[in-house]
Amino acid sequence: MSNIETVTPQVALPQREPFRINWIRLAPLLYTIGLFVIWEIGVRISGLPHTILPTPSRIFEAIVQYWSPIWKNSLQTLYTTVLGFIIAVVAGLGIGLFIGWSKTIYAGLYPIMIGFNAIPKVALVPILVIWFGIGTVPAVLTAFLISFFPIVVNVATGLATIEPETEDVLRALGAKKLDIMLKVGIPRSMPYFFGSLKVAITLAFVGSVVSETVASNNGLGNMMASAQSNFNVPLVFAGLLMLAVEGIAMYALMAWLEKRMTGWAHRSTMSN
Amino acid sequence: MALVTIDNVDMRYGGPTGTLAVSGLNLRIERGEFVAVVGPSGCGKSTLMKLTTGLHIPQAGTVIVADQEVTKPVSIVGMAFQNPTMLPWRTTLENILLPLEIVERHRHRLRAHKAEYVAKAEALLETVGLKGFGDKFPWQLSGGMQQRANLCRALIHEPELLMLDEPFGALDAFTREELWCVIRDLHASQDVTIVLVTHDLRESVFLADKVVVMSARPGRVISEHMVPFERPRQLEILYEPAFNDMVQRLHGEIATARAAA
Repeated sequence: MSNIETVTPQVALPQREPFRINWIRLAPLLYTIGLFVIWEIGVRISGLPHTILPTPSRIFEAIVQYWSPIWKNSLQTLYTTVLGFIIAVVAGLGIGLFIGWSKTIYAGLYPIMIGFNAIPKVALVPILVIWFGIGTVPAVLTAFLISFFPIVVNVATGLATIEPETEDVLRALGAKKLDIMLKVGIPRSMPYFFGSLKVAITLAFVGSVVSETVASNNGLGNMMASAQSNFNVPLVFAGLLMLAVEGIAMYALMAWLEKRMTGWAHRSTMSN
Repeated sequence: MALVTIDNVDMRYGGPTGTLAVSGLNLRIERGEFVAVVGPSGCGKSTLMKLTTGLHIPQAGTVIVADQEVTKPVSIVGMAFQNPTMLPWRTTLENILLPLEIVERHRHRLRAHKAEYVAKAEALLETVGLKGFGDKFPWQLSGGMQQRANLCRALIHEPELLMLDEPFGALDAFTREELWCVIRDLHASQDVTIVLVTHDLRESVFLADKVVVMSARPGRVISEHMVPFERPRQLEILYEPAFNDMVQRLHGEIATARAAA
């Protein structure tokens, strides 16, 4: 897998004309600016007060004004989210491999997993608070609990969908279950795994912020909750904006990781 | 002593009331022989393959491969299916070396003798006309090239018995004829017994020493035909009257077997 980037594409790229604006590359930036501009104009025309919907310029002002607490709380939220996410990756990979190992385990644990996933995680926060007190621990655990499910399901699916022919070829050679898992199952489930990380990281933010809002003295969730009780609506929106920025950054990191680790899966169809 | 002896075998799927796939199946395959198995669809050709390789154990009768009754997968076989099932995260060469990481007799010496095995894989690639493609990934190869690589993978551990389940079914006519010649030359140059399951009667007559016709489900052997044509056979033989007569006879037999079902 390490030499994947040494592969040179067989087709020559068409010669690009000089000085031509690449609209597709610029589009994300332009659309984002467009959204803020429309938002700004809309609020100004309608005359909504800042306590209902602040303009983007007011929000940026709030970000500058409260930079120190915003920065501190953003780091705290990033920390709890990433920690919960890392635990979810390790546990999700382990449980996914365990579940995908045998059809019986898969059949037995699947309904339990579905049931568990159906529970709104905000309902678990009070229990976590009873067990661990308020603060960082329940936020980390909520992030973990909400984000490990998609990882488990995807890893287990990757293992469970090995082509029967591949299995036959290997079994006829005397391969044990462990051989088939190591040689085929696990590499095969990696694209599913890395794909699920993108979903899991965004869910992890949901988990940590929910927990911080309900039971913490730190983090963006807590900051927004207290700003809201002071009617400091621009600060609430500043918190939301920071969350969006962190979410996009982590998502991009996961997408990059996915592409780098399992580039082969994007160029081949898994089912070929 | 024959390499494969299948004696009065019954194989039923899905419990005592399940489908009877083959019933009263008898077949002998001599060492070095090239046997083609043809028949109407659903006649248990694939079951025959799984019985011979030990992936399925029959409910009645015995399967003997290389003087031993089959009770578990026999590792002296190589298999290739219509679907090349190359692992997309491995290069073609690494795919071909895969069986060596599994087979008991090779897996422990693979690391120390890597160069020797790689040289062997490259020699095989050259035989099937894929010289220099070892470091390409499977998805960079065409369907026909993948199937060639698949054959290399089936042969790398020097199996005594090569089982091919419609390996050329998904290929275009020209590629298929090219690969017929590849298989023909492999059989001529290596000491290997080949069983080819196919729907293509011309393919079976062109390649095999013996064509076995199976009945509709539950499958059994209804006739065996020795192919009289001299080896080495050239593709021109496909247009000779004697060849076409034989294909036509086989076709008639299978049509009758289907009608009887």
